[in-house]
Amino acid sequence: MNDTDRTRKVEILISMILRIGVLTSLAVVMAGLVISFIHHPDYLRSRQDLPQVTAPGRTSPHDLHDVVEGIRQGRGEAVTMLGLLLLIATPVVRVAVSIFAFVYERDPLFVVITTFVLAMLVVSFFLGSVEG
Amino acid sequence: MTQLHQTVLQFVLTTFAISVAAGLLGALLGLGGGIIVVPALTLGLGLDIRYAIGASVVSVIATSSGAAAAYVREHMTNLRVGMFLEVATTIGAITGAFLAGRVAGRWLFVIFGLMMGYSALEMFRNRHSDEGGPVPPDRVADRLKLHGSYYDQVLHRQIDYRVTHTWIGLGLMYVAGCVSGLLGIGSGALKVPAMDLAMRLPIKVSTATSNFMIGVTAAASAGVYFARGDILSLVAGPVAAGVLIGASAGSLLLGRLTSRSIRIAFVVVLLWVSGQMLWKGMRGS
Repeated sequence: MNDTDRTRKVEILISMILRIGVLTSLAVVMAGLVISFIHHPDYLRSRQDLPQVTAPGRTSPHDLHDVVEGIRQGRGEAVTMLGLLLLIATPVVRVAVSIFAFVYERDPLFVVITTFVLAMLVVSFFLGSVEG
Repeated sequence: MTQLHQTVLQFVLTTFAISVAAGLLGALLGLGGGIIVVPALTLGLGLDIRYAIGASVVSVIATSSGAAAAYVREHMTNLRVGMFLEVATTIGAITGAFLAGRVAGRWLFVIFGLMMGYSALEMFRNRHSDEGGPVPPDRVADRLKLHGSYYDQVLHRQIDYRVTHTWIGLGLMYVAGCVSGLLGIGSGALKVPAMDLAMRLPIKVSTATSNFMIGVTAAASAGVYFARGDILSLVAGPVAAGVLIGASAGSLLLGRLTSRSIRIAFVVVLLWVSGQMLWKGMRGS
């Protein structure tokens, strides 16, 4: 197999990862929103709810434990958040898989470059969790 | 805020519709859509800025993944250029996050506002430039095998292009990363001109490659916003859904538009962003 074929395969793989990430997160986010509306029928009629659900200081589940717990209880807000987390994870997974793709393309320089980018992402996550 | 006189359903549907438009524009111009989502949610719908920014980070990732899925497959994205430049944007983003709070944001808004204004004028001057014309040779680009080609649906032919000034591009990407880390905006608005003006990539390749890259920069900061509780399901949920759908639709359009119209649309948006930044800087908020 020549280099162009390998490159083409890598492009299709990366495109597929992005598409899977997009479709899965879209489906989960939508499901979560629908569940929220089923559990709170007044969201459809009342004008009192919106200022409450978007009041400063209000939060959706914002650590992994709360998200999992919320999904167990069947809460729409937690399901939507899972979808959003899947969306956030998609570019990270894309970078990680690219490392193997460049190994397959026999391109050591780009293996190093992509590994470095993943390392920087991990560093920024840690820096972020210290700050946040 | 007085504008929140809606039912939750109306709010979710309005946010969704705005986000479809933001995703569409973002996919075509290589931007994250924050320039539409943030003002629409805060000024239009009266939402707290904190939640609007949380949603805009989600919007950047959604535009990026939604559009890049198609652009990578169509060979419009230059994967090697994108991944190489991500080295600089991620270091830049970390530098920016580190500097945040240590430097006066006010002057940064003025400096980057002027920088974007200058880029807009330069891009306007180059609006007629041919894609794939001769460029100065660059050994780094040769060594990294950055040159590429794409099929232009308007011209009905394959366009081969060569990449140049790789180091300058890398430096500008570091600056772009710093700006998004520091100010939380302008991730794509600086990436596209850097690739278009310095590295001389065709405009469609520049926007497609910018789209590919912005998701990684945003993902790096998304963890912070999530942990802080800035991402609200009922706001970021419809934003994500709308932007994903808008960006996927937009990615089908890019190929059919002429390079000139994309350049001009980008210039208009860039002037708008630059004006917003200068305004913020002058007002001193």
